[in-house]
Amino acid sequence: MSWADLIVLLMVVLVLATAFATLFLRNLLGAAVATTLVSLAVSVFYVILRAPDVALTEAAVGAGLSGLLLALAAKRLGLWHIEVQEAGLDERGDDPC
Amino acid sequence: MTEFTLYTFLAASLGLIAIGIGGVILSRNLFRIVLALSIAEAGGNLLLVLIGFRHDAIAPIIEPGRALTTMVDSIPQAMVLTSIVIGAGVQALALALAIRARASYGTLDMGIMRARMEADINRVAGAESAASLHAPASSSTLLTERKA
Repeated sequence: MSWADLIVLLMVVLVLATAFATLFLRNLLGAAVATTLVSLAVSVFYVILRAPDVALTEAAVGAGLSGLLLALAAKRLGLWHIEVQEAGLDERGDDPC
Repeated sequence: MTEFTLYTFLAASLGLIAIGIGGVILSRNLFRIVLALSIAEAGGNLLLVLIGFRHDAIAPIIEPGRALTTMVDSIPQAMVLTSIVIGAGVQALALALAIRARASYGTLDMGIMRARMEADINRVAGAESAASLHAPASSSTLLTERKA
């Protein structure tokens, strides 16, 4: 096991932790950012797996365009809160947008 | 790059798929379900690229003047390239549906939305809504008319 293996292992653990954070973050805007971060890290994995074209597309579409879509949808859905959202806030969005 | 790294990537892709599917099944919030779907899609794409990987190969780029050597399989890469773009389209469609659902039912919570949806359907059908799952409205007008 070399240094490269250890770095890859560390990155994989961080990516899985980020994916878990998507499911358990109270702040849904933060969850969207975590999803975008997972896409960005997976694009680095594609570079290591010698697929540079896929890495380019994943970084541009998966991280860039998809993150933009998520941010705009979060704004439309009334989830644009920087501070930590409490448990009742999901029901707080009762006003029609 | 040893065999250990390959198993690490395999664990990463399977873990991303598991987390994504688990999130789709277990989440109550519609927005979080869309996020989990995106994570599962990233894991599936990683698994597909991993299928065509060889640890003793170079990236599939042919340069003039360089001897042909072993390359990683470029067919799964091309397919994954398509899949990423389609995933972005699917995500946009799901977000649009979520926005429309919240505009109609006023919430993103799946439980509340299901209750309001059932109430809507019952009102349109002219049936009285069931009190609970254990005490359903047995004298539904739809059923009685069908029998008569």
